[in-house]
Amino acid sequence: MIMGTRYLPDFLTFRLSDNFKHMKKLLILGGGTAGTMMANKLHHVLDKEDWNITIVDKHKTHIYQPGLLFIPFGIYTRGDVEKPKANFFPPRVNAIFSEIDMIKPEENKVLLAGGRVLQYDYLIVATGTDIRPDQTPGLSDSLWYKQIFDFYTLEGALALRQHLKTWEGGNLVVSITELPYKCPVAPLEFAFLADAYFSEMGMRDKVKITYVTPMSGAFTKPVATKMLNELLQEKNIEVVTDFYIEKVDNEKRCLVSYDEIEIPFDLLTIVPMNMGDEVIARSGLGDDMNYINTNKETLQSVKHDNIFVIGDAANLPTSKAGSVAHFASDVLMENLMHAIEGRPLTAKFDGHANCYIETGYGKGALIDFNYETEPLPGTYPLPGIGPFGLLRNTRINHYGKIIFRWIYWHILLKGKELPVESEMTMAGKRRISL
Amino acid sequence: MAQKTIAGIAVEVSSEGYLENPAQWTKEIALEIAGEIGIDLTDKHFEVLEFLRKEHAAGTQLTIRKVGKSGIVDIKGLYTLFPGGPLKYSAKIAGIPKPVSCV
Repeated sequence: MIMGTRYLPDFLTFRLSDNFKHMKKLLILGGGTAGTMMANKLHHVLDKEDWNITIVDKHKTHIYQPGLLFIPFGIYTRGDVEKPKANFFPPRVNAIFSEIDMIKPEENKVLLAGGRVLQYDYLIVATGTDIRPDQTPGLSDSLWYKQIFDFYTLEGALALRQHLKTWEGGNLVVSITELPYKCPVAPLEFAFLADAYFSEMGMRDKVKITYVTPMSGAFTKPVATKMLNELLQEKNIEVVTDFYIEKVDNEKRCLVSYDEIEIPFDLLTIVPMNMGDEVIARSGLGDDMNYINTNKETLQSVKHDNIFVIGDAANLPTSKAGSVAHFASDVLMENLMHAIEGRPLTAKFDGHANCYIETGYGKGALIDFNYETEPLPGTYPLPGIGPFGLLRNTRINHYGKIIFRWIYWHILLKGKELPVESEMTMAGKRRISL
Repeated sequence: MAQKTIAGIAVEVSSEGYLENPAQWTKEIALEIAGEIGIDLTDKHFEVLEFLRKEHAAGTQLTIRKVGKSGIVDIKGLYTLFPGGPLKYSAKIAGIPKPVSCV
Protein backbone atom coordinates (compact mmCIF):
# COMPACT_ATOMS: atom_id res chain seq x y z
CA MET A 1 0.00 0.00 0.00
CA ILE A 2 1.27 3.43 -0.87
CA MET A 3 1.31 5.81 2.05
CA GLY A 4 -0.11 9.28 1.61
CA THR A 5 2.87 11.46 0.84
CA ARG A 6 1.68 14.37 2.90
CA TYR A 7 3.44 13.04 5.98
CA LEU A 8 6.77 12.72 4.23
CA PRO A 9 9.56 15.28 4.11
CA ASP A 10 9.85 17.28 0.90
CA PHE A 11 12.84 15.45 -0.60
CA LEU A 12 10.98 12.14 -0.34
CA THR A 13 7.85 13.67 -1.80
CA PHE A 14 9.77 14.71 -4.91
CA ARG A 15 11.38 11.29 -5.26
CA LEU A 16 8.02 9.60 -4.99
CA SER A 17 6.62 12.00 -7.58
CA ASP A 18 9.49 11.10 -9.93
CA ASN A 19 8.69 7.44 -9.54
CA PHE A 20 5.08 8.05 -10.40
CA LYS A 21 5.54 10.29 -13.40
CA HIS A 22 3.43 7.97 -15.49
CA MET A 23 0.48 8.56 -13.17
CA LYS A 24 -2.31 10.87 -14.23
CA LYS A 25 -2.89 13.88 -12.07
CA LEU A 26 -6.13 15.18 -10.63
CA LEU A 27 -5.70 18.51 -8.91
CA ILE A 28 -8.30 20.06 -6.61
CA LEU A 29 -7.92 23.72 -5.71
CA GLY A 30 -9.66 24.48 -2.44
CA GLY A 31 -10.17 22.15 0.52
CA GLY A 32 -13.43 23.59 1.83
CA THR A 33 -16.80 21.83 1.74
CA ALA A 34 -16.85 21.22 -2.02
CA GLY A 35 -13.17 20.34 -2.51
CA THR A 36 -13.08 17.98 0.46
CA MET A 37 -16.21 16.15 -0.69
CA MET A 38 -14.73 15.73 -4.17
CA ALA A 39 -11.43 14.39 -2.81
CA ASN A 40 -13.35 11.82 -0.77
CA LYS A 41 -15.64 10.79 -3.60
CA LEU A 42 -12.93 10.59 -6.25
CA HIS A 43 -10.52 8.63 -4.13
CA HIS A 44 -13.00 5.73 -4.39
CA VAL A 45 -13.33 5.85 -8.16
CA LEU A 46 -9.87 6.87 -9.39
CA ASP A 47 -7.52 3.90 -9.32
CA LYS A 48 -4.61 4.34 -6.92
CA GLU A 49 -2.17 2.86 -9.40
CA ASP A 50 -3.15 5.28 -12.15
CA TRP A 51 -4.15 8.50 -10.46
CA ASN A 52 -2.40 10.93 -8.21
CA ILE A 53 -4.87 13.18 -6.35
CA THR A 54 -3.63 16.46 -4.89
CA ILE A 55 -5.61 19.07 -3.00
CA VAL A 56 -4.36 22.59 -2.29
CA ASP A 57 -5.69 25.04 0.27
CA LYS A 58 -4.23 28.10 1.97
CA HIS A 59 -5.87 27.36 5.35
CA LYS A 60 -5.24 24.38 7.58
CA THR A 61 -8.48 24.73 9.53
CA HIS A 62 -11.89 23.71 8.25
CA ILE A 63 -14.68 25.97 9.47
CA TYR A 64 -18.22 24.59 9.74
CA GLN A 65 -19.74 27.68 8.18
CA PRO A 66 -23.42 27.09 9.06
CA GLY A 67 -22.31 27.20 12.72
CA LEU A 68 -20.91 30.74 12.53
CA LEU A 69 -24.46 32.10 12.75
CA PHE A 70 -24.83 30.68 16.26
CA ILE A 71 -21.59 32.10 17.69
CA PRO A 72 -22.71 35.72 18.21
CA PHE A 73 -25.58 34.47 20.39
CA GLY A 74 -23.41 32.19 22.50
CA ILE A 75 -25.11 29.03 21.20
CA TYR A 76 -21.92 27.66 19.62
CA THR A 77 -18.33 28.39 20.56
CA ARG A 78 -15.19 28.34 18.47
CA GLY A 79 -14.58 24.68 19.32
CA ASP A 80 -17.91 23.70 17.76
CA VAL A 81 -16.99 24.94 14.31
CA GLU A 82 -13.27 24.25 13.83
CA LYS A 83 -11.42 21.06 12.88
CA PRO A 84 -8.14 20.42 11.03
CA LYS A 85 -8.74 20.10 7.28
CA ALA A 86 -6.25 17.26 7.01
CA ASN A 87 -8.55 15.07 9.15
CA PHE A 88 -11.02 14.94 6.30
CA PHE A 89 -8.75 14.09 3.38
CA PRO A 90 -8.25 10.43 2.46
CA PRO A 91 -4.70 9.21 3.27
CA ARG A 92 -3.73 8.74 -0.39
CA VAL A 93 -4.48 12.37 -1.23
CA ASN A 94 -1.53 14.76 -1.20
CA ALA A 95 -2.55 17.80 0.77
CA ILE A 96 -0.56 20.97 0.15
CA PHE A 97 -1.20 23.99 2.33
CA SER A 98 -0.13 26.95 0.27
CA GLU A 99 -1.37 30.11 -1.40
CA ILE A 100 -2.04 29.63 -5.10
CA ASP A 101 -0.34 32.11 -7.36
CA MET A 102 -1.93 31.34 -10.72
CA ILE A 103 -3.76 28.80 -12.83
CA LYS A 104 -2.33 28.42 -16.33
CA PRO A 105 -5.03 26.48 -18.17
CA GLU A 106 -3.25 26.55 -21.54
CA GLU A 107 -0.30 24.74 -19.97
CA ASN A 108 -2.35 22.53 -17.62
CA LYS A 109 -0.48 23.76 -14.61
CA VAL A 110 -0.93 25.65 -11.38
CA LEU A 111 1.74 27.83 -9.83
CA LEU A 112 1.86 27.95 -6.06
CA ALA A 113 3.21 30.84 -4.03
CA GLY A 114 6.91 30.21 -3.58
CA GLY A 115 7.33 28.90 -7.11
CA ARG A 116 6.25 25.28 -6.87
CA VAL A 117 4.52 24.07 -10.04
CA LEU A 118 1.74 21.47 -10.14
CA GLN A 119 0.82 19.83 -13.44
CA TYR A 120 -2.65 18.38 -13.93
CA ASP A 121 -4.62 16.28 -16.36
CA TYR A 122 -7.88 17.38 -14.79
CA LEU A 123 -8.47 20.34 -12.53
CA ILE A 124 -11.36 20.87 -10.11
CA VAL A 125 -11.69 24.45 -8.94
CA ALA A 126 -13.38 24.75 -5.55
CA THR A 127 -11.86 27.99 -4.33
CA GLY A 128 -15.16 29.31 -2.99
CA THR A 129 -16.18 32.85 -2.29
CA ASP A 130 -15.19 35.29 0.42
CA ILE A 131 -16.43 38.50 1.94
CA ARG A 132 -14.87 41.71 0.63
CA PRO A 133 -15.61 44.61 2.99
CA ASP A 134 -12.90 46.57 1.15
CA GLN A 135 -15.27 46.90 -1.84
CA THR A 136 -17.67 49.25 -0.01
CA PRO A 137 -16.33 52.68 0.94
CA GLY A 138 -16.30 53.22 4.70
CA LEU A 139 -17.16 49.65 5.60
CA SER A 140 -13.84 48.35 6.88
CA ASP A 141 -13.02 51.71 8.43
CA SER A 142 -12.98 53.01 12.03
CA LEU A 143 -16.19 51.24 13.10
CA TRP A 144 -15.21 47.83 11.70
CA TYR A 145 -15.35 45.24 14.49
CA LYS A 146 -16.35 48.01 16.91
CA GLN A 147 -19.89 48.74 15.80
CA ILE A 148 -19.89 47.00 12.42
CA PHE A 149 -19.47 43.24 12.21
CA ASP A 150 -19.75 40.40 9.75
CA PHE A 151 -20.77 36.92 10.82
CA TYR A 152 -19.34 35.10 7.80
CA THR A 153 -15.88 34.75 9.29
CA LEU A 154 -14.84 33.23 12.60
CA GLU A 155 -13.14 36.50 13.55
CA GLY A 156 -16.28 38.49 12.81
CA ALA A 157 -18.61 36.09 14.63
CA LEU A 158 -16.34 36.01 17.73
CA ALA A 159 -15.92 39.80 17.78
CA LEU A 160 -19.69 40.22 17.54
CA ARG A 161 -20.16 37.73 20.40
CA GLN A 162 -17.94 39.91 22.61
CA HIS A 163 -19.77 43.05 21.56
CA LEU A 164 -23.24 41.62 22.24
CA LYS A 165 -22.25 40.62 25.79
CA THR A 166 -22.26 44.25 26.88
CA TRP A 167 -24.42 45.94 24.24
CA GLU A 168 -27.22 47.92 25.82
CA GLY A 169 -29.52 48.14 22.83
CA GLY A 170 -30.39 50.64 20.10
CA ASN A 171 -30.75 50.35 16.32
CA LEU A 172 -29.61 46.95 15.09
CA VAL A 173 -29.37 46.94 11.31
CA VAL A 174 -28.90 43.63 9.49
CA SER A 175 -27.96 44.28 5.91
CA ILE A 176 -26.86 42.73 2.64
CA THR A 177 -24.49 44.61 0.36
CA GLU A 178 -24.73 42.88 -2.99
CA LEU A 179 -25.99 39.78 -4.76
CA PRO A 180 -24.99 37.02 -5.02
CA TYR A 181 -23.83 36.19 -1.51
CA LYS A 182 -23.16 32.98 0.33
CA CYS A 183 -26.11 31.30 2.04
CA PRO A 184 -28.96 33.64 1.04
CA VAL A 185 -31.01 32.85 4.15
CA ALA A 186 -28.23 33.51 6.70
CA PRO A 187 -28.94 37.22 7.29
CA LEU A 188 -32.64 36.42 7.75
CA GLU A 189 -31.72 33.75 10.28
CA PHE A 190 -29.48 36.27 12.01
CA ALA A 191 -32.40 38.71 12.34
CA PHE A 192 -34.70 35.97 13.68
CA LEU A 193 -32.10 34.72 16.18
CA ALA A 194 -31.37 38.30 17.27
CA ASP A 195 -35.08 38.82 18.01
CA ALA A 196 -35.12 35.66 20.16
CA TYR A 197 -31.79 36.50 21.85
CA PHE A 198 -32.80 40.01 22.89
CA SER A 199 -36.19 38.75 24.06
CA GLU A 200 -34.53 36.11 26.23
CA MET A 201 -32.16 38.77 27.58
CA GLY A 202 -35.22 40.83 28.54
CA MET A 203 -34.18 43.77 26.35
CA ARG A 204 -36.16 43.30 23.13
CA ASP A 205 -37.97 46.59 23.83
CA LYS A 206 -34.61 48.37 23.75
CA VAL A 207 -33.63 46.99 20.33
CA LYS A 208 -35.08 48.06 17.01
CA ILE A 209 -34.22 45.48 14.35
CA THR A 210 -34.17 46.58 10.71
CA TYR A 211 -33.50 44.20 7.82
CA VAL A 212 -32.01 45.99 4.81
CA THR A 213 -31.79 44.22 1.47
CA PRO A 214 -31.06 45.14 -2.15
CA MET A 215 -33.77 42.65 -3.15
CA SER A 216 -37.41 43.59 -3.60
CA GLY A 217 -38.49 41.35 -0.73
CA ALA A 218 -37.15 39.14 2.05
CA PHE A 219 -36.29 36.56 -0.60
CA THR A 220 -36.20 36.70 -4.38
CA LYS A 221 -38.96 34.18 -5.02
CA PRO A 222 -42.59 35.12 -4.33
CA VAL A 223 -43.91 32.14 -2.30
CA ALA A 224 -40.96 32.04 0.13
CA THR A 225 -40.97 35.84 0.36
CA LYS A 226 -44.60 35.83 1.47
CA MET A 227 -43.94 33.30 4.24
CA LEU A 228 -40.76 35.03 5.38
CA ASN A 229 -42.37 38.49 5.30
CA GLU A 230 -45.09 37.23 7.61
CA LEU A 231 -42.46 35.87 10.02
CA LEU A 232 -40.53 39.14 9.94
CA GLN A 233 -43.69 41.07 10.70
CA GLU A 234 -44.62 38.69 13.51
CA LYS A 235 -41.20 39.23 15.07
CA ASN A 236 -41.44 43.00 14.74
CA ILE A 237 -38.50 43.25 12.33
CA GLU A 238 -38.74 46.18 9.96
CA VAL A 239 -37.80 45.45 6.35
CA VAL A 240 -36.25 47.95 3.93
CA THR A 241 -36.13 46.60 0.37
CA ASP A 242 -34.40 47.76 -2.82
CA PHE A 243 -31.67 49.39 -0.73
CA TYR A 244 -28.38 49.33 -2.55
CA ILE A 245 -25.50 50.36 -0.29
CA GLU A 246 -23.09 52.88 -1.78
CA LYS A 247 -21.10 53.60 1.36
CA VAL A 248 -21.00 53.58 5.15
CA ASP A 249 -20.76 56.98 6.83
CA ASN A 250 -18.64 56.29 9.93
CA GLU A 251 -19.15 59.74 11.47
CA LYS A 252 -22.93 59.77 11.17
CA ARG A 253 -23.05 55.99 11.74
CA CYS A 254 -25.37 55.29 8.86
CA LEU A 255 -25.69 53.28 5.67
CA VAL A 256 -26.03 55.42 2.56
CA SER A 257 -27.66 54.10 -0.60
CA TYR A 258 -26.92 55.10 -4.19
CA ASP A 259 -30.16 57.09 -4.21
CA GLU A 260 -28.94 58.88 -1.06
CA ILE A 261 -31.26 57.40 1.52
CA GLU A 262 -29.65 57.07 4.96
CA ILE A 263 -30.27 54.36 7.54
CA PRO A 264 -28.74 55.07 10.94
CA PHE A 265 -27.42 52.25 13.12
CA ASP A 266 -25.94 51.68 16.56
CA LEU A 267 -24.93 48.18 15.62
CA LEU A 268 -24.55 47.00 12.04
CA THR A 269 -24.22 43.34 11.11
CA ILE A 270 -23.57 43.15 7.43
CA VAL A 271 -23.03 40.67 4.65
CA PRO A 272 -20.25 42.46 2.77
CA MET A 273 -19.88 42.04 -0.94
CA ASN A 274 -18.91 38.47 -1.86
CA MET A 275 -16.28 37.73 -4.47
CA GLY A 276 -14.51 34.64 -5.72
CA ASP A 277 -10.84 34.08 -4.96
CA GLU A 278 -8.35 36.56 -6.39
CA VAL A 279 -6.43 33.70 -8.01
CA ILE A 280 -9.36 33.35 -10.42
CA ALA A 281 -8.98 37.00 -11.41
CA ARG A 282 -5.17 36.73 -11.66
CA SER A 283 -5.57 33.74 -13.96
CA GLY A 284 -8.07 35.54 -16.21
CA LEU A 285 -10.72 32.90 -15.54
CA GLY A 286 -13.41 34.89 -13.78
CA ASP A 287 -16.22 37.33 -14.39
CA ASP A 288 -16.16 40.74 -12.71
CA MET A 289 -16.83 39.08 -9.35
CA ASN A 290 -14.16 36.41 -9.86
CA TYR A 291 -16.62 33.57 -10.50
CA ILE A 292 -15.80 31.08 -13.23
CA ASN A 293 -18.08 30.79 -16.23
CA THR A 294 -19.38 27.26 -15.71
CA ASN A 295 -21.83 25.12 -17.65
CA LYS A 296 -24.78 25.07 -15.24
CA GLU A 297 -25.68 21.47 -16.11
CA THR A 298 -22.37 19.69 -16.67
CA LEU A 299 -20.27 21.79 -14.21
CA GLN A 300 -17.49 21.91 -16.79
CA SER A 301 -15.68 25.20 -17.32
CA VAL A 302 -17.12 26.86 -20.43
CA LYS A 303 -13.62 27.69 -21.69
CA HIS A 304 -11.58 24.61 -20.77
CA ASP A 305 -12.65 20.98 -21.18
CA ASN A 306 -10.36 19.59 -18.48
CA ILE A 307 -11.46 22.07 -15.81
CA PHE A 308 -14.55 21.50 -13.67
CA VAL A 309 -15.93 23.91 -11.12
CA ILE A 310 -17.90 23.15 -7.97
CA GLY A 311 -19.39 25.15 -5.13
CA ASP A 312 -19.27 28.90 -4.67
CA ALA A 313 -16.45 29.41 -7.19
CA ALA A 314 -18.85 28.76 -10.09
CA ASN A 315 -21.18 31.37 -11.59
CA LEU A 316 -24.19 29.02 -11.41
CA PRO A 317 -27.59 30.74 -11.15
CA THR A 318 -28.42 29.05 -7.85
CA SER A 319 -27.59 29.63 -4.19
CA LYS A 320 -24.02 29.77 -3.01
CA ALA A 321 -24.44 27.15 -0.31
CA GLY A 322 -22.96 23.90 0.94
CA SER A 323 -26.10 21.98 0.02
CA VAL A 324 -25.70 23.05 -3.60
CA ALA A 325 -22.07 21.85 -3.61
CA HIS A 326 -23.22 18.59 -2.05
CA PHE A 327 -25.92 17.97 -4.66
CA ALA A 328 -23.53 19.01 -7.44
CA SER A 329 -20.79 16.66 -6.26
CA ASP A 330 -22.40 13.47 -7.64
CA VAL A 331 -23.02 15.13 -11.01
CA LEU A 332 -19.45 16.40 -11.15
CA MET A 333 -18.04 12.98 -10.27
CA GLU A 334 -20.06 11.30 -12.99
CA ASN A 335 -19.19 13.87 -15.64
CA LEU A 336 -15.52 13.87 -14.71
CA MET A 337 -15.42 10.10 -15.13
CA HIS A 338 -17.14 10.45 -18.50
CA ALA A 339 -14.62 13.09 -19.56
CA ILE A 340 -11.72 10.86 -18.52
CA GLU A 341 -13.19 7.99 -20.52
CA GLY A 342 -13.82 10.23 -23.55
CA ARG A 343 -17.59 9.90 -23.32
CA PRO A 344 -20.15 12.73 -23.55
CA LEU A 345 -21.04 14.48 -20.30
CA THR A 346 -24.56 13.25 -19.67
CA ALA A 347 -25.13 14.00 -15.97
CA LYS A 348 -27.05 17.21 -15.50
CA PHE A 349 -27.13 19.39 -12.40
CA ASP A 350 -30.55 20.91 -11.72
CA GLY A 351 -29.37 23.66 -9.32
CA HIS A 352 -30.83 21.84 -6.32
CA ALA A 353 -30.52 23.74 -3.02
CA ASN A 354 -31.88 22.88 0.39
CA CYS A 355 -31.65 25.31 3.29
CA TYR A 356 -32.75 25.22 6.88
CA ILE A 357 -33.81 28.60 8.17
CA GLU A 358 -33.42 29.05 11.91
CA THR A 359 -36.25 31.23 13.13
CA GLY A 360 -35.49 31.35 16.85
CA TYR A 361 -37.18 29.83 19.92
CA GLY A 362 -36.16 26.29 18.91
CA LYS A 363 -37.96 26.42 15.59
CA GLY A 364 -36.94 26.45 11.99
CA ALA A 365 -38.23 26.47 8.43
CA LEU A 366 -36.94 24.58 5.41
CA ILE A 367 -36.77 25.46 1.73
CA ASP A 368 -35.96 23.13 -1.15
CA PHE A 369 -35.66 24.38 -4.72
CA ASN A 370 -33.68 24.33 -7.97
CA TYR A 371 -33.01 26.36 -11.13
CA GLU A 372 -36.62 26.01 -12.27
CA THR A 373 -38.76 25.43 -9.18
CA GLU A 374 -39.05 28.10 -6.50
CA PRO A 375 -39.30 27.10 -2.81
CA LEU A 376 -42.80 25.67 -2.29
CA PRO A 377 -44.77 24.59 0.78
CA GLY A 378 -45.44 20.95 1.64
CA THR A 379 -43.21 18.32 3.17
CA TYR A 380 -39.65 17.18 2.52
CA PRO A 381 -39.21 13.44 2.79
CA LEU A 382 -36.15 12.17 4.66
CA PRO A 383 -36.11 8.48 5.55
CA GLY A 384 -35.60 7.87 9.26
CA ILE A 385 -35.82 11.49 10.45
CA GLY A 386 -38.32 13.47 8.39
CA PRO A 387 -40.59 14.43 6.91
CA PHE A 388 -39.68 18.07 7.45
CA GLY A 389 -42.18 20.86 6.88
CA LEU A 390 -41.39 23.02 3.87
CA LEU A 391 -41.93 26.75 4.37
CA ARG A 392 -43.42 26.01 7.77
CA ASN A 393 -42.00 27.02 11.11
CA THR A 394 -41.59 23.80 13.11
CA ARG A 395 -39.45 22.24 15.85
CA ILE A 396 -38.41 19.26 13.71
CA ASN A 397 -36.83 21.63 11.17
CA HIS A 398 -34.76 23.17 13.97
CA TYR A 399 -33.64 19.72 15.11
CA GLY A 400 -32.74 18.99 11.50
CA LYS A 401 -30.37 21.95 11.53
CA ILE A 402 -28.85 20.93 14.88
CA ILE A 403 -28.32 17.32 13.78
CA PHE A 404 -26.87 18.57 10.53
CA ARG A 405 -23.59 19.59 12.20
CA TRP A 406 -22.89 15.96 13.05
CA ILE A 407 -23.96 14.85 9.58
CA TYR A 408 -21.66 17.48 8.05
CA TRP A 409 -18.51 16.38 9.84
CA HIS A 410 -19.13 12.64 9.74
CA ILE A 411 -20.99 11.93 6.52
CA LEU A 412 -21.18 14.84 4.13
CA LEU A 413 -17.54 16.00 4.12
CA LYS A 414 -16.35 12.42 3.89
CA GLY A 415 -18.33 11.99 0.69
CA LYS A 416 -20.52 9.24 2.13
CA GLU A 417 -24.03 8.59 0.89
CA LEU A 418 -26.88 10.55 2.49
CA PRO A 419 -30.47 9.38 2.06
CA VAL A 420 -31.30 12.37 -0.13
CA GLU A 421 -31.37 12.58 -3.91
CA SER A 422 -29.10 15.00 -5.75
CA GLU A 423 -31.94 15.92 -8.05
CA MET A 424 -34.77 17.91 -6.52
CA THR A 425 -38.02 15.98 -6.16
CA MET A 426 -41.56 17.36 -6.34
CA ALA A 427 -42.68 14.65 -3.88
CA GLY A 428 -44.44 16.36 -0.97
CA LYS A 429 -44.37 19.81 -2.57
CA ARG A 430 -47.56 21.77 -3.27
CA ARG A 431 -47.81 24.25 -6.11
CA ILE A 432 -49.79 27.23 -4.92
CA SER A 433 -50.81 30.53 -6.38
CA LEU A 434 -50.49 33.72 -4.41
CA MET B 1 -47.39 33.09 -17.52
CA ALA B 2 -50.02 35.30 -19.05
CA GLN B 3 -50.83 37.03 -22.31
CA LYS B 4 -50.79 40.79 -22.37
CA THR B 5 -51.13 43.31 -25.13
CA ILE B 6 -48.45 45.97 -24.92
CA ALA B 7 -48.21 48.69 -27.56
CA GLY B 8 -50.66 46.72 -29.66
CA ILE B 9 -48.58 43.53 -29.59
CA ALA B 10 -49.70 40.35 -27.79
CA VAL B 11 -46.80 39.14 -25.64
CA GLU B 12 -46.22 36.51 -22.97
CA VAL B 13 -45.41 38.01 -19.59
CA SER B 14 -44.51 36.60 -16.16
CA SER B 15 -46.72 37.14 -13.12
CA GLU B 16 -44.66 40.25 -12.40
CA GLY B 17 -45.04 41.60 -15.94
CA TYR B 18 -41.61 40.73 -17.36
CA LEU B 19 -41.50 39.62 -20.99
CA GLU B 20 -41.03 35.86 -21.27
CA ASN B 21 -39.54 36.10 -24.74
CA PRO B 22 -37.02 38.93 -25.27
CA ALA B 23 -37.40 38.50 -29.05
CA GLN B 24 -40.94 39.95 -28.81
CA TRP B 25 -39.54 43.24 -27.53
CA THR B 26 -39.85 46.44 -29.53
CA LYS B 27 -39.02 50.05 -28.75
CA GLU B 28 -42.73 50.77 -28.57
CA ILE B 29 -43.14 48.08 -25.92
CA ALA B 30 -40.26 49.66 -23.99
CA LEU B 31 -41.91 53.07 -24.16
CA GLU B 32 -45.22 51.71 -22.94
CA ILE B 33 -43.77 49.70 -20.00
CA ALA B 34 -41.65 52.72 -19.05
CA GLY B 35 -44.73 54.90 -19.18
CA GLU B 36 -46.57 52.57 -16.80
CA ILE B 37 -43.64 52.83 -14.35
CA GLY B 38 -43.46 56.59 -14.86
CA ILE B 39 -40.16 56.89 -16.70
CA ASP B 40 -39.64 58.95 -19.87
CA LEU B 41 -37.09 57.12 -21.99
CA THR B 42 -34.15 59.05 -23.44
CA ASP B 43 -31.31 57.90 -25.71
CA LYS B 44 -29.25 57.17 -22.60
CA HIS B 45 -31.99 54.87 -21.30
CA PHE B 46 -31.98 53.01 -24.62
CA GLU B 47 -28.19 52.59 -24.45
CA VAL B 48 -28.65 50.87 -21.09
CA LEU B 49 -31.52 48.76 -22.43
CA GLU B 50 -29.45 47.61 -25.41
CA PHE B 51 -26.58 46.71 -23.06
CA LEU B 52 -28.90 44.67 -20.85
CA ARG B 53 -30.41 42.85 -23.82
CA LYS B 54 -26.98 42.09 -25.27
CA GLU B 55 -25.64 40.79 -21.95
CA HIS B 56 -28.78 38.75 -21.31
CA ALA B 57 -28.52 37.15 -24.76
CA ALA B 58 -24.90 36.24 -23.95
CA GLY B 59 -26.07 34.44 -20.82
CA THR B 60 -24.62 36.96 -18.36
CA GLN B 61 -26.13 37.16 -14.89
CA LEU B 62 -26.95 40.81 -14.54
CA THR B 63 -26.21 42.85 -11.46
CA ILE B 64 -26.26 46.57 -10.82
CA ARG B 65 -22.49 46.37 -10.43
CA LYS B 66 -22.15 44.94 -13.92
CA VAL B 67 -24.23 47.74 -15.42
CA GLY B 68 -22.15 50.21 -13.41
CA LYS B 69 -19.05 48.87 -15.14
CA SER B 70 -20.60 48.98 -18.62
CA GLY B 71 -19.02 52.30 -19.50
CA ILE B 72 -22.50 53.63 -20.35
CA VAL B 73 -23.51 54.76 -16.90
CA ASP B 74 -22.25 54.37 -13.33
CA ILE B 75 -24.44 52.99 -10.54
CA LYS B 76 -25.51 56.43 -9.37
CA GLY B 77 -26.38 57.34 -12.94
CA LEU B 78 -28.39 54.14 -13.29
CA TYR B 79 -30.41 55.17 -10.22
CA THR B 80 -31.05 58.55 -11.78
CA LEU B 81 -32.29 56.90 -14.99
CA PHE B 82 -34.45 54.27 -13.27
CA PRO B 83 -35.29 55.59 -9.81
CA GLY B 84 -36.56 53.23 -7.13
CA GLY B 85 -35.40 49.96 -8.63
CA PRO B 86 -32.78 50.42 -11.29
CA LEU B 87 -32.21 46.82 -12.24
CA LYS B 88 -35.75 45.52 -11.90
CA TYR B 89 -37.20 48.45 -13.86
CA SER B 90 -34.49 48.53 -16.53
CA ALA B 91 -34.80 44.76 -17.04
CA LYS B 92 -38.57 45.01 -17.30
CA ILE B 93 -38.36 47.81 -19.87
CA ALA B 94 -35.59 45.96 -21.75
CA GLY B 95 -37.91 42.98 -22.19
CA ILE B 96 -35.68 40.49 -20.37
CA PRO B 97 -36.51 38.30 -17.34
CA LYS B 98 -36.19 39.68 -13.83
CA PRO B 99 -32.55 39.21 -12.79
CA VAL B 100 -32.35 36.57 -10.08
CA SER B 101 -28.73 36.79 -8.99
CA CYS B 102 -28.78 34.55 -5.98
CA VAL B 103 -31.41 31.98 -5.17
